[in-house]
Amino acid sequence: MHPALSVIFFTVISGTGYGLLFLLGALLAFEPRLLSGNAAIAWLVLGATFAAAGLLSSLLHLGQPQRAWRAFSQWRSSWLSREGVSATLSFVPMLALAWLEWRGVDAQPLRAWAVLLATFAVLTVACTAKIYATLKTIPAWHNAYVLPGYLLLGLLGGAAWMWILHIVDASPVGATPILLAVLAVASAVFKYFYWRHIDAMPPAASAESATGFGAVGGVEAPHTEENYLTREMGFVLARKHAARLRAIALVLIGVLPTLLALLACMTQTRMLEALCATIAVISVTLGLFVERWLFFAEARHVVMLYYAAKADTTQHA
Amino acid sequence: MTTLPPPSTKKLGLVIDLDICVGCHACAVACKEWNDGGQFGPLPDENPYGREPLGVWFNRVHTYEVEPEENNKPAMTVHFPRSCLHCETPDCVTVCPTGASYKRAEDGIVLVDEDKCIGCKLCSWACPYGAREYSEVRGTMQKCTLCVDRIYNETLDEYDRQPACVMACPTRARHFGDLGDPQSKVSKLVAERGGYDLMPEMGYKPVNKYLPPRPRRDGCAAPAATAQEENVDFSTASPLLRWIDKVLSR
Repeated sequence: MHPALSVIFFTVISGTGYGLLFLLGALLAFEPRLLSGNAAIAWLVLGATFAAAGLLSSLLHLGQPQRAWRAFSQWRSSWLSREGVSATLSFVPMLALAWLEWRGVDAQPLRAWAVLLATFAVLTVACTAKIYATLKTIPAWHNAYVLPGYLLLGLLGGAAWMWILHIVDASPVGATPILLAVLAVASAVFKYFYWRHIDAMPPAASAESATGFGAVGGVEAPHTEENYLTREMGFVLARKHAARLRAIALVLIGVLPTLLALLACMTQTRMLEALCATIAVISVTLGLFVERWLFFAEARHVVMLYYAAKADTTQHA
Repeated sequence: MTTLPPPSTKKLGLVIDLDICVGCHACAVACKEWNDGGQFGPLPDENPYGREPLGVWFNRVHTYEVEPEENNKPAMTVHFPRSCLHCETPDCVTVCPTGASYKRAEDGIVLVDEDKCIGCKLCSWACPYGAREYSEVRGTMQKCTLCVDRIYNETLDEYDRQPACVMACPTRARHFGDLGDPQSKVSKLVAERGGYDLMPEMGYKPVNKYLPPRPRRDGCAAPAATAQEENVDFSTASPLLRWIDKVLSR
């Protein structure tokens, strides 16, 4: 599949934003008074900015972005519509929490809104994943790994930024680097098994079932130039460097953040900790972009079965 | 509404006979011509006269070489027109976030409302048959309409109320009709010739059916027998002809 930059940016950045908002929601639900009002508001603003930036970027992918409001209507059948609804609703608990934190209101309503925020954060990312996971035409997406993968990687991005927030806020860093290390290892292991799964997977259909006859060779494609289908579904660039890019992604989202988090735990200087957190957040973000690019670029669409023999044709020509 | 309507009794669709399709692309061209000016047009091209023209076509004709199942049979060249199959349970409809992609309850035709489409392309991702093509120029998705603006068009002669591709086919390889009615001509054709679904494992239940190419006769691959020499008896012919035969036989 063609890896559209706007969609990659959207899934990575809004995933990170909702990861951050989930962590905030979870923290406030258990310990409403752990954070100062200003720290919580800064956290909310950062998460909301990421979520909104991602959503706006996804509009760039549309051919008619001015009609995007129509996408709220089909939540009964469409995961894309559900995602739009959930993402929009998630701003309600964000605003409510910001207001409560600013006014310094009691713990009880704060807890309720925090739970709601965490719920909508999970729901929105789950909807994003389901958009891809429900496509039977793309086996690399239509499997049980995709939904937990999106949630886990969103959480990883969120944890990396949470560490930065703790350092800027000068609050006790506590368990943040440990959480990041755990998530980094889990993400890397998970992606490793995802890739192993998609490599071993049988194809969704065969040239035989696509055309109805046995051994098929292509003689002539329907068109001499590219068309929308071959551009959108026939993206082949990634396969050549897939192994190397996967290794790069594993180092950036797994190995490097883990080492930096452990280093930060052993050191006592805040300067070095800040440096570790900064490098970790850059590494995780870059790693997520590489991972997401591969997620799109490596995925094969069954429609290409109709064009499968195209390469042979050009060889003969 | 992008939830699917309850199954209709009327299932309009095409039956494509791969045995007699000659791969002339007339269906594809007639489709482009009609729909460019029809209710769901235009079908604009980008860079139409340039180095890399790109544009929306609702119908694409592939040509395949099919290996024989038994050794003594020749390989077949099969022309394979590919267009929307107007599936009974298609995901291209249910994934649409805006309600632009819909299946008509009355006859099962799958359409895109060009005024509601936001151009997210998700429906084209959901289609295994490559039936939907996105127009960069219009910013919306376009697809086969089964010439819905022809088949019910009362200003046309009754004979002309068929999809443009069916009208244009010079070998009558394309048939249009109601596949929900077991007594219709197309349903009988499917039953008689063993019409089949494309990628049935996807579970979309295509309405359009394909008729398989008939097996080729044995021995077609062997060189044709040399024409037998003709024996003409000149003994009974006129003296002039006998003389000419003698001269020419020298």
